[in-house]
Amino acid sequence: MPPLTRWYLKSALGYFVAALLAGIALTAPAVFRLPPAMAILGPVYFHLFMVGWVAQLIFGIAYWLFPRYSKEQPRGSEPLAAATYVLLNAGLLLRTVGEPLHTLWPTAGWGWLVALSAVLQWVAGMGFVLNTWGRIKER
Amino acid sequence: MPRLSRWYIRASLLFLGLGFTLGALILFHKGAALHPALWQLLPAHIEFLLLGWTLQLAMGVAFWILPRFLEGPARGNEAAAWLAFGLLNGGVLLVGVSWTLGLPALIPWLGRVAEAGAAMAFAVHAWPRIRPFGMSSTHG
Repeated sequence: MPPLTRWYLKSALGYFVAALLAGIALTAPAVFRLPPAMAILGPVYFHLFMVGWVAQLIFGIAYWLFPRYSKEQPRGSEPLAAATYVLLNAGLLLRTVGEPLHTLWPTAGWGWLVALSAVLQWVAGMGFVLNTWGRIKER
Repeated sequence: MPRLSRWYIRASLLFLGLGFTLGALILFHKGAALHPALWQLLPAHIEFLLLGWTLQLAMGVAFWILPRFLEGPARGNEAAAWLAFGLLNGGVLLVGVSWTLGLPALIPWLGRVAEAGAAMAFAVHAWPRIRPFGMSSTHG
């Protein structure tokens, strides 16, 4: 298993745990005396799960197991793959922090964290598509 | 990787690109207002990423790696898997586009029918392949 895949899979496991902890926080106000504002974690919970866990697990496994791009570059562009990992995680972490802050204090300027997180995750997604496309081949 | 898996996986990557683009537009707008109509993209964002990307990738990889048969066509009933590919992509596009454009409810419903048809066709294809490696297609 290549090092980048190990990074992907270990990060994915971290997000898996974080997502389910966020799920506990989301449902806690119905059971305990907690501020109902915790409901703002809804989108973060969903994206920690789907982007942090599911997509990242797929990215890591695909990078490892898909057919080789070429003899010289078996996994395509390694710098692009590494950049994809960094941008995806930076974007998701920014969202995790920025989206609840922006929802609670919409005029405090946190919105730019959310907008930046959108750009970073989009570039990461495109990077994965570009680097993987050439590996969709017979062998 | 067989030809049909390449089709499935390339289509899934296209939906990944499309779904991430819609999601990025919505999220950017959430942080720094662009246009309120961008919220209409949310159902297509969800449809493209859950079914168009994640599900389709799983189906493409399953077609590739599930055990093959020693006799007859190696991957069994390929026609059913091709049918599933067509129905899934047609259904995802119908549902995603019609919800975004606010088309009559019949159209996304037909998309859901196509998606359910894709599930049935894929189950018909994959069911006999769920067996130990190396068994012929005539074994129970």
